[in-house]
This record gives sequence, C-alpha cells and structure tokens, in this order.
Amino acid sequence: MTTTAEQLSATTLLRFATAGSVDDGKSTLVGRLLHDSKSVLTDQLEAVEQASLNRGQEAPDLALLTDGLRAEREQGITIDVAYRYFATTRRRFILADTPGHVQYTRNMVTGASTAELAVVLVDARNGVVEQTRRHAAVAALLRVPHVVLAVNKMDLVDYAEPVFASIAEEFTAYAASLGVPEITAIPISALAGDNVVEPSAHMDWYGGPTVLEHLETVPVSHDLTACHARFPVQYVIRPQSAEHPDYRGYAGQIAAGVFRVGESVSVLPSGRTTTITGIDALGESVDIAWAPQSVTLRLADDIDISRGDLIAPADDAPPVTQDVEATVCHVADQPLSVGQRVLLKHTTRTVKAIVKDIPSRLTLDDLSQHPAPGQLVANDIGRVVVRTAEPLALDPYEDSRRTGSFLLIDPADGTTLSAGMAGAAFAGAAAEAVVAADDDAEWDF
Amino acid sequence: MSAVTTTVSEDTANPYALSHLDSLESEAVHIFREVAGEFERPVILFSGGKDSIVMLHLALKAFAPAPVPFTLLHVDTGHNFPEVLDYRDRTVAKHGLRLHVASVQEYIDAGKLRERPDGTRNPLQTVPLTEAIQRHRFDAVFGGGRRDEEKARAKERVFSLRDEFSQWDPRRQRPELWQLYNGRHAPGEHVRVFPISNWTELDVWQYIEREGIELPEIYFAHEREVFNRNGMWLTAGHWGGPKEHEATETRLVRYRTVGDMSCTGAVDSDATTLDAVITEIAASRLTERGATRADDKMSEAAMEDRKREGYF
Repeated sequence: MTTTAEQLSATTLLRFATAGSVDDGKSTLVGRLLHDSKSVLTDQLEAVEQASLNRGQEAPDLALLTDGLRAEREQGITIDVAYRYFATTRRRFILADTPGHVQYTRNMVTGASTAELAVVLVDARNGVVEQTRRHAAVAALLRVPHVVLAVNKMDLVDYAEPVFASIAEEFTAYAASLGVPEITAIPISALAGDNVVEPSAHMDWYGGPTVLEHLETVPVSHDLTACHARFPVQYVIRPQSAEHPDYRGYAGQIAAGVFRVGESVSVLPSGRTTTITGIDALGESVDIAWAPQSVTLRLADDIDISRGDLIAPADDAPPVTQDVEATVCHVADQPLSVGQRVLLKHTTRTVKAIVKDIPSRLTLDDLSQHPAPGQLVANDIGRVVVRTAEPLALDPYEDSRRTGSFLLIDPADGTTLSAGMAGAAFAGAAAEAVVAADDDAEWDF
Repeated sequence: MSAVTTTVSEDTANPYALSHLDSLESEAVHIFREVAGEFERPVILFSGGKDSIVMLHLALKAFAPAPVPFTLLHVDTGHNFPEVLDYRDRTVAKHGLRLHVASVQEYIDAGKLRERPDGTRNPLQTVPLTEAIQRHRFDAVFGGGRRDEEKARAKERVFSLRDEFSQWDPRRQRPELWQLYNGRHAPGEHVRVFPISNWTELDVWQYIEREGIELPEIYFAHEREVFNRNGMWLTAGHWGGPKEHEATETRLVRYRTVGDMSCTGAVDSDATTLDAVITEIAASRLTERGATRADDKMSEAAMEDRKREGYF
C-alpha cells in the first residue's frame, strides 16, 4: 500500500447526531464541517448553487445538500433524518442530521439511537431555551455517551466569555441532572468559522478543542470489559456439506462486551449452559471477539438454539421477564393505546405483546408528567407497561443500548409504532422525579 | 490464534477499537443475516458493478462455511459492457450460485417497452425488475445503493418497504432505530435492503483492496474508443453511439461506475492499480455520479422520481 492508502485506512468511525433548527445555525455548522473537510464536491456545490439561483437566493443554500427530497426542498424544511459522510485523516464520520422542532422528535430520537455523540446547538443571544432542554433530554433518554453544546453566533455577542460561561453552566447542570455522563461546551461562530475547524482568533479565553478536534479525538468505545457481554443469535449456520459435515455455528453480532473461547455461557430464555469452543470472525478463527463484531460462535454441546435466543456469560446472564416497563417514543401517525395488541421486536426476537398501561406522558421541554394519557400520539414520549407472550432476556437500556431497546410494531400492517427503552427514563437526579408517578419506582425484573 | 481485527494507532489505549472498515463490514454482515433469518425468498441484485461485487463478497463471508442462502438477479439492459457480463458469469460459476436475468431487450422485442429517443435504457430497467420480483415472489431484494451517492438516497432506509408496484414513498418510511430493522410486509409487497448504505465510494475501494477482491478490468485505466456527449466520454458500440456529428477518439480512461453503456461515462485516468484508483478517488473533486452518470443530470429530483417508480 502507498502511504496515502495507509493513512486513509488507519481510522476509526464515529457516528454522531446534530440537533437544532435552521435558526440556530445548524445547516451552517454542518455545511462548514462538510465544506472545510472537503466533503462537498464540485458538482454537488454547483448543483446547490444552481438550485439556489433558481429559487432566487443569492448565496448557495447549504441546506439543499441534505434536504434531498422534493417535498423538503419545496417547503424549505428538513423532514427526515439525512445521513452525511465525511472524513479527516484521523477519523471517518457518519452524521445523522436531524430537524429540531418538536413535531420531529421521532427523527431526533432515530438519529440519536445509533449516535455516540450528539451536538446540541444554541444561539448565544438566546441561551438555553425550551428546545435546548428537549434536545438535552433526547440525548439523555437515548443514553448518548457524549454531548457537545455548541454555543453558536458568538460573533453577535462580541465573543464575550461571560455569555458563554453562563450558558455552558446552565446547560451542563441541566444535562448532568438528566444523567448525561460527558458534556463539552464549545463557543463557536459557524458563519465566521470560529472554533468549528480552526481555533478562533477572537476568543483567547477559550483553551478547549474546536468542534472538529473534539469529534476527531473523543473515545468511540468505552471499556467493553465493564459491559455485560451479550450475543443475540441471528442465524444458525449448518453447511451439512462433505467438507463440513458436522459444522454448526451460531451467527450474530456481539451486542455488548467481550466473548472468549473456553468461556462458560448460558443460552436464554432456556437457561441451558455450555462452553464456547470456537469463534469464527468472518473467515478467521479467533480466541476473543468483542462488540460490535459480527462472528459465529461454536459451542461444546449440541443444545437447541435458534434465532431469537441470547447467549451471555453463565455468571452474568440477564433475567428473563414477560413484564416490560419502559419509556417509549411514539413514532407512528396512528396512536398507541392501552389494551392494544402489538408485536415487540427485541434484538433478533419478535413476540406478541399487549400494552397493559400507559402510566404517563412526558413533556421533554420541562420534564413535566401527564398521568394516564390513555394513548400516545406521534412524537410523544411516555412510560408504558407491556406484557409479552413469551419471556425476553431484556437488559435495562441504561446498561445496554442494544439489548435494552425494542420496537413495538402493528401486527396488522407492520408499521413501526414506538421505540422503547427498558427501565428508568433517566439516570441521575431527574430519574426519581420522572419515575415518581409510576407505581413501581424501581426497575425490577 | 489471534484477533482478526486490527486495532488502530489513535486508540491504542483501547484494545477493543475497530477500524472503520471492520465496523462497516460487521454492520453489513449483520444486515445479511437478519434478512436470512426473517425472509423466505431473498435475492441479491448483481450487476457486476463494484458495489454489487462487494455485496456478494460480504454475503459469502456472512454465511461461510455454508453457501450463500440467496439467488442473484441481474437486470440486463442489453447495453451492458461485455467485460462485465463475462465477469458476472465467471463469478456465478465460481461460487456455484444461481442467477436470474431480467432482459430489457426481450421487453423491447416483445413490444412491452419502447426505446427512448435518447437511447438511454437506464429508466427502462424498472419494469423488468419489478416483474421479475413479482414472478419469482422475492420478498427481500438486496441493492448496492449507498447513501453518499445521491441526495435522495441519503434519505433511504436500510430496510425500505415497497408496495406491490415496487413504489417507494419517502414520506411513509418507517423510522429505523438502533440496529432493529422492521421487515414486516404484506403478501405481494417486498423490502429493498441496502447492506452498504453507510459506505462511501472510498470505503468500497479500500475494502476491495483489503480483501483482494477481483473486479472487471474496465475499472482500471485502459485505452478505449470513446466520444464526447454532454461532457461525458461514452464508449462507441452497438448500443447506438456515436451519432454522425460525434467524433470518436482513443483515450486512456477507466470507469468509476458501471451501468448501461448509453449513459455511463468513462473518466480520464492513468490508474492501472487499486492503489492508484484509491489515490485518484481520494483526490477527486467530483462525486462518482456527477462524473459518470448522465441520467442523474436530468433534474434535481431525477433519482427520487426513478426510485418512487421502483428503480434500484
């Protein structure tokens, strides 16, 4: 390989999400990140310039880069999550660019569900407003590990440190109370380019990283050995060929933690135990594998294992339950009601379920609760109690995003109704206040 | 034995880091296995282009040492590059796969489709594709589409539900959260699945290099008789080019994308190796579709419109 190819290869991948509205300068920030990392190519810029001209706009409207649908361009709004890709020499980025308004909460939740970092934008002139609190709450609810507060339009407040400091302090206190583990506040001007890619010449008082530097260096995965190891079985590989007459492997993507050859494991929900005798990592035999690798496990005993089962360390297996208490974001146009029969999709397992109760609806702007709403409509966040027809090996979402999350699906037409997170809504001090209205404040299997 | 995945320098403190190619590969393999677990009759759209070649390679890895549990489908426009058809047939034979071919030419010969005045057959693929899906009752159809290719594709889901007419309705897409893909569909409907949604052109090339994947030779620089139409170098050939006023010349070119000969342009290039191709792409200031696809230049929403009608 040439040096160039090697440099290009030696990178990790960061998935992050941005939340904010056009008014906060989100499009300008995204546009600048893409533009300054040379990810917007000549023909794309020309197309945007031409489309902007056709619309009678003088300057190219960078929102047209991501607003890819006819309806979005006609209405001048972002409707759906747009995924953008860019790279620096240090890292590759997948950006889920989501609209900020309350009626698009489901899109923000979608973008945040796979994000390891969320950028929340505020206008330095307005400070922390209702929308900012909602964005912080979504990041906290979805357990996004890193949150960046980008205090934008610093040029319009004379780059004054006290303005930034007071916004950063207020936001950090709020986000920390929701259990957000890491918050980084950065004063920027997306329009002037201050602290986005290049350090600002106007804010000597700020010694931290620029937005891009932070994106390039934030750790992408936490300490996996501290996680509960989880392996949902996707597919049983049984070639039954002359070359591999007896091969039987359990294919899946490690959802959390680390697995080793020789380890004693339980298979859930049956609870049978066995030992890992081999790990095939896409063509190579290995003795250790970790999330999110796709591998095939071989086991010592020929026990009944099929798609939907969960393999976990024998001494650290999750309890199984048919009663699920969770926070859901309702994402469908049709409502979710008490008594409704649904399908619940958890990892690789889909089971019948019934909505036993909707104890409360939550307003993310101020975390106020509205008891017994009866139903949830699009973009509502609520607490639900669900009974499943078969047991699930479900972790609290705060312990494991992958094995603590689920979808509720309409069995009649297949619509994705709600996105669920098992256990308490928020970590930290806010958790008690939020869960207080429930009969059972503690998550208890 | 050792861990297969290379840790990368910047994360030396973390022994469990994955390189970006390993992350993308793992995600794609997960998607293939989800479909194998949940669908009855999946098929991979295989054109012999680099994206479908990478898809097939990922599928082979996902189910090894067992064979790929899917068949392949190629929509043959009748204007395909002979080198690519040759590659397609060699690959099918090598891996013992089953290939279905839907032929645009047969539709034209039978009077079911009409040749367009501009000779472009790309939009004509939709009907043979849709009818092949219905005839074979395919319920999951893998496509090599990538979100970085085009702005309408940037809004596409990994699992994309199509009605019985194969139509895509971007306003009625299911939100896709975590790695939970909802493939529920009614009889007659199907799901288009895009395992390499999150890959960029550069990722595809770097993966081809890492895995040592063979490609049709037209992806590398070679001398070719071409003529200029709408700023693109098109190959002279039986599909109908060049017209009288269009002069041909021999140039050193390669293809960045492979599609219908009538609307896929070659780019000037002296890149004869994978290394050289990767260096060239990393430095390119044009997207692959902007550089090589006449059909996307028709309008701002050309791709969205074709996708709505059931296109790839």
